[in-house]
Order: sequence, then structure tokens, then C-alpha cells
Amino acid sequence: MAANKKKHEPFIHITKRDAIVWWKAWLIRIAAVIIALLVCAIVVVALTGYNPIKVYASMIDGTFGSSRKVWNTLQSTAILLCISLAVTPAFKMKFWNIGAEGQVLMGALASAACMFYAGDRFPTPILILIMAIASIVSGMIWALIPAFFKAKWNTNETLFTLMMNYVAIQFVSFAIMVWVPNGSMTMGVINRASKIGWFPEIFGQKYLFNIIIVVLLTVAMFVYLKFSKHGYEIAVVGESENTARYIGINVKHVIIRTMMFSGALCGVAGLLLVAGTNHTITTSTAGGNGFTAIMVSWLAKFNPIIMMLTSFLIVFLQRGAGQIATTLRLNQSISDILTGIILFFIIGCEFFVNYKINFSFGKKITEAEKIEEAAK
Amino acid sequence: MIGTIASFITAAIIQGIPLLYGAVGEIITEKSGNLNLGIPGIMYVGGISGIIGGYLYERSTENPAAILCILIPFLSTIIGAGLMALIYSFLTITLRANQNVTGLALTTFGVGIGNFYGGSLLSFFGEGGSISLLTTGTFYKTPLPFADKLGLFGKTFLSFGFLTYLAVITAILASWFLNRTRAGLNLRAVGENPATADAAGINVTKYKYLSTVIGGAVAGLGGLYFVMDYTSGAWTNDGFGDRGWLAIAIVIFALWKPASAIFSSFIFGGLYIICTYIPNLTNSTRELIKMLPYVVTIIVLVFISARKKREHQPPAHLGQSYFREER
Repeated sequence: MAANKKKHEPFIHITKRDAIVWWKAWLIRIAAVIIALLVCAIVVVALTGYNPIKVYASMIDGTFGSSRKVWNTLQSTAILLCISLAVTPAFKMKFWNIGAEGQVLMGALASAACMFYAGDRFPTPILILIMAIASIVSGMIWALIPAFFKAKWNTNETLFTLMMNYVAIQFVSFAIMVWVPNGSMTMGVINRASKIGWFPEIFGQKYLFNIIIVVLLTVAMFVYLKFSKHGYEIAVVGESENTARYIGINVKHVIIRTMMFSGALCGVAGLLLVAGTNHTITTSTAGGNGFTAIMVSWLAKFNPIIMMLTSFLIVFLQRGAGQIATTLRLNQSISDILTGIILFFIIGCEFFVNYKINFSFGKKITEAEKIEEAAK
Repeated sequence: MIGTIASFITAAIIQGIPLLYGAVGEIITEKSGNLNLGIPGIMYVGGISGIIGGYLYERSTENPAAILCILIPFLSTIIGAGLMALIYSFLTITLRANQNVTGLALTTFGVGIGNFYGGSLLSFFGEGGSISLLTTGTFYKTPLPFADKLGLFGKTFLSFGFLTYLAVITAILASWFLNRTRAGLNLRAVGENPATADAAGINVTKYKYLSTVIGGAVAGLGGLYFVMDYTSGAWTNDGFGDRGWLAIAIVIFALWKPASAIFSSFIFGGLYIICTYIPNLTNSTRELIKMLPYVVTIIVLVFISARKKREHQPPAHLGQSYFREER
């Protein structure tokens, strides 16, 4: 009797794809972005009652509306891209460095300290060099601490780097308290009159220097990951630590080296923020970019060239939503909501890239499948 | 002196309660193998959901009834925070998305929702000013009836609103559930090794979903406590600060044990405010002291990884999604 019992077959069956054609994968991702934008439009309309086309027009205006806005957009993109590049090698190795925020802050703090203490002793080019070294070293140290313990005792790096962020924030507010003892908590622009330690303006554009540096870094990172021996080692460690050990890669060494590199780049981002952008430091100098960068890097599948696009997308959303907030007199935080929605869709769509969904509409099991079943 | 110590303990408990809710919620979540970094966002949403619920109720009636003033925000919080956790669950469990990325996105989203509604809820109804639900806040703050009869002890330990005691009870219940029930054992099995749990006939997906959503709802209550009890029904944007991350730190400090989370939360709550109780501190030293909770967490984290004691480790599959057909 039992043999006659109907075989239960699930309605949906999920299988892992072996490989997917690259254009199909990108089609899925683009579809996800479009659906996300539609959902965002619905949300904005539900909240405001405005015409969604008008809303998106205002977003574009917020990003490209004037030459000043374009430069601001490019500048924000450059900073976000720089931090995204920094976290990428570590991620590729499956080292979850969510401490970029802290590493950037420590880099920024080192730059600011150089400007503050040595501002009148060196000419600007030498001072910038000193600042660069100081930022890179402090970013590196901040990344080295969790990496060391990860390599030695396999300490959970996600939680460790997360905590390091807040230690860094307190360090910065400590430094500000020491430098500005009146308790106002704000540093003010450092060397406002002398502009010592500030990045030079190129063609009258104060952000161009930053942008050029980041573009160079992007290309360098692409080459490093794709064509260098280090890049290969990172990829192998990320795929399987056992394989890496088997082929003679010193995993601990790679972890520490890659994280130091990662931290160094975060330090550079800190330098760009202090010397090239704000010329001051606050506890929110990194502005959450350390966290956003993780998503940027992940969305781009760790490809530095695609990261240019993804970081631009995020900045576009943030600036655009900021503009909506101003024109519609809404709260600025709407941009976080929209960013969140879009991220959810892009994160979710990877499932459809990696897995195939097979529907079975109560179909009978075919002869071939029966044999397959029996073989299991 | 005694008075200062007593008031410090009271303040530490007040600071510790939101952290305790967050930590217990995160422990329940992490026991299923889900590292939910969206907890800070969930706590923001929990807080603002309570505010919205309370505001709509206070607007709709002339004489708000105590029971509804408490129930409506409470349920709104559970629904709001639960929905947030559901987003996380759907993405990480069903769609097998990366947990760290999803969690961080959820935090961005949640903090955005909190600040957006906090900043513009009143303008939706054509009112100005900032949100202040004094009536609801007062009901939430009503202490135990016999508190003032017990002298200093009553004043130090019993003068809180009901959410304070609920937090401790939740932690004890969670501890009992995880260690003394069949379902708790199954849940821990899912977090340690989902494939084995699956083979033993445990519905991995169901356990992961339930624990993440319930954990999220519990964490959301931390936000509710903050807005209703701590600030007496007022909302300030970013007022909740980084307490959500501190809650995640407590999970480590308490070694993934809800019962230890109770005292850990009070210790962290104390560390959070200790600088205002030490006399003659310069402003800069004060900032260094605020570093303590995080530094302590790091030391604990390093210590447990170095000692490798089995009962002190995070769930073995923490942070990884599970797909049955993968090996």
C-alpha cells in the first residue's frame, strides 16, 4: 500500500546554478535596480503625494544641477570609492573588515594632528608628505590590530573591527578636546589663513586633486587584484583556506599583509578628507562611509572598475534624496530610507544570479528523473 | 556618598535597560546562526513605531486610557521591529544574502526611518514643534506601587517603569528557553551546525525565521524603553546614538548567555555614564573613559578566542547562510 502513496513533490525547487552568462547576471541586477527605483517612487509618493517623475527630476537636479553640485558629487564619489577600494582586498579574502570607519578616522586624525602641530614648521609639499605617511601608518596600525589577533587566534574580525570604530571615535573626540580646550567640541578649519597642509587647487578646482588620486588608486587596485601574485593569493585564501595552505600560501601572512594594505588605503581616505576636503576633523568625518563602502564593494563583486559605478549610484541616491528633502521640505533622512530599499533589492537579486528556481506545476515524474532518483 | 552610589546604580540600570533588550534580542538571533548587524536600525524603528502608535492614539482621544497608552505603543513596536527583522530574515535565510551586508543595509534603513518619521511626523499632521508624548511617557514611567515604602533599596532598585522589569524577565526567560527546553536545544543546534540539525529532522528555516523575528521584536523594545521611559515620550533625531552597537558588544561580553547579559548591561550602562560621576575630570579624560566599554569588549573577544573554551565560543555557524544542497 505504501508504495502506491503519491510522492510529495515541492512546488518550488531551488538549485544552484553552475555558471551564468555575464549579461544575464547583469540583466538581473539592472532589473533589480529598476524595480527598486519604482518601489522608492511609490514610497516617496505615498509619503508626499508628489509626482514621482518630478521627484526623480529633482534628484537629478540635486546631483548635476550646477557645476558646484557636479564637483561635490564627484568628490563624494571619490571618497566613497577610495574607502570601497580599501575594504575590497580584505573582503575578497573573506575577512570581514567593518572597521573602515575607524581606520579612516585614525588616518584623518593623524593628518589633522600633523597640520595642527607642524603647520608652521614645514612648507606645504613636505608637510603633505609627512601627513600622508602619518595617515597611512595610523590606518595601517588600526587594521593591523584585529588582523594580528585573527591570524593568531582566529578572533572574530567582524565584531573586533566594529568595536575598533568606536574606540577611534572616542580617540578623535579626545584629541578635539585636547586641541580645543574650551569645550565647544568643534575643531574649526585648521590653518584657515595660511592653508598649510591643504591640497593644492588644480585648474581652480579644489577637489580635482582628490579625484585624480582616487582614479589612480582604482586602476592600481584593479591591476593589483587581477594581475599580481598578491591578488592571486588573496583570491585563493578567500575561496578556501585549506587549498591555500595546500599550495603553500602562508595564510596568516596573507591575512596580516592584506589587512595592513586595507588599513593603509583607509588612511589615505582619511588624508583626502582632511587635507583635500574638510580641512578639519570631527567624530563624523568618515560620515558612515566606512559602512556604505562595504556595500559598494560587495555590489560591485569586488571589481574596482565596477565600483566606480556602484559608488556613484549610492552618492547619487544620497545627494538626490537630499535634494528631494530640501525641495519638498522633508526630513533629510529620506535618503537613508531610499538607499536602504535599493540596497535590499540589489542584495536580494544576487539570489537569482546564483540560484535557479524550478517550478513544478504538479507534473508527473518522468522516467529519466525516476532513474536519477533511484541512482541517489 | 551612599546617596551618590545609589544614584549611580540607578543611572546605570536606566542606561543598561535598552542595551539589555538589544543584547537579549541579538543573542536569540545569533543562536540561530544569524549575525544581525541590523539591530541598531531595528531599535530605532522599535522606538519610532512606539512613538507613532502613541501619537496616533493620543491624537484620537480626549482622555487617553492608561492601558491603551501602554498597549498600543507596545504592540506597534513589536510589529515595527518584527517587520524589520522579517526583511533581514527573508534576505538572509530565503535569499541567502550575505548577513553582514544585509545587516548594515538594515541599519541604514532603520536609522533613516527613525529619523525621518521623528523629524516629520508632526508636519504630516500640520503641527510644528517636536514630538513629546508626556501622557504616554508618564504611564510608562509609573513605578511599582510599593517602591517608595522601601527606603533607599526601593528607590534604587524598584522605582522604574514596568519595561525595566520586563527586560530582566525577558532575559531570564530567554536563558531558560535556550538551556532548558527542547526547542531551545534545537535552536542552538541550528546555530552550531544547520546541516546536522536538518538531518536530525529540525526545520532549520523555521527556527531561523522565528528566532530572528522574535529577537528583532525584543530588541525593538529597547528602543521603546528609550523613547517612552528614558526620554519620557520625546523623540530627538539620533538621540538613541550608538547604543545598538553597544548591545552587540554586550552579546560578546556576556558570552552569548542571556542571564549574564543582565549584569553585563548594567556594567556597560554604568561605564556609559561613569565619567559624569567621577569628580574633577577634564573634558578630554572623560572622552577616554567613554572608550572603556568598547575596549573591554575587545579584550573579552581576544581572551575567549585565545582560551578556546568550548562553552565560551560564538555559535559555530554564525554569519553563514545555509543551503541544504551545498556541501
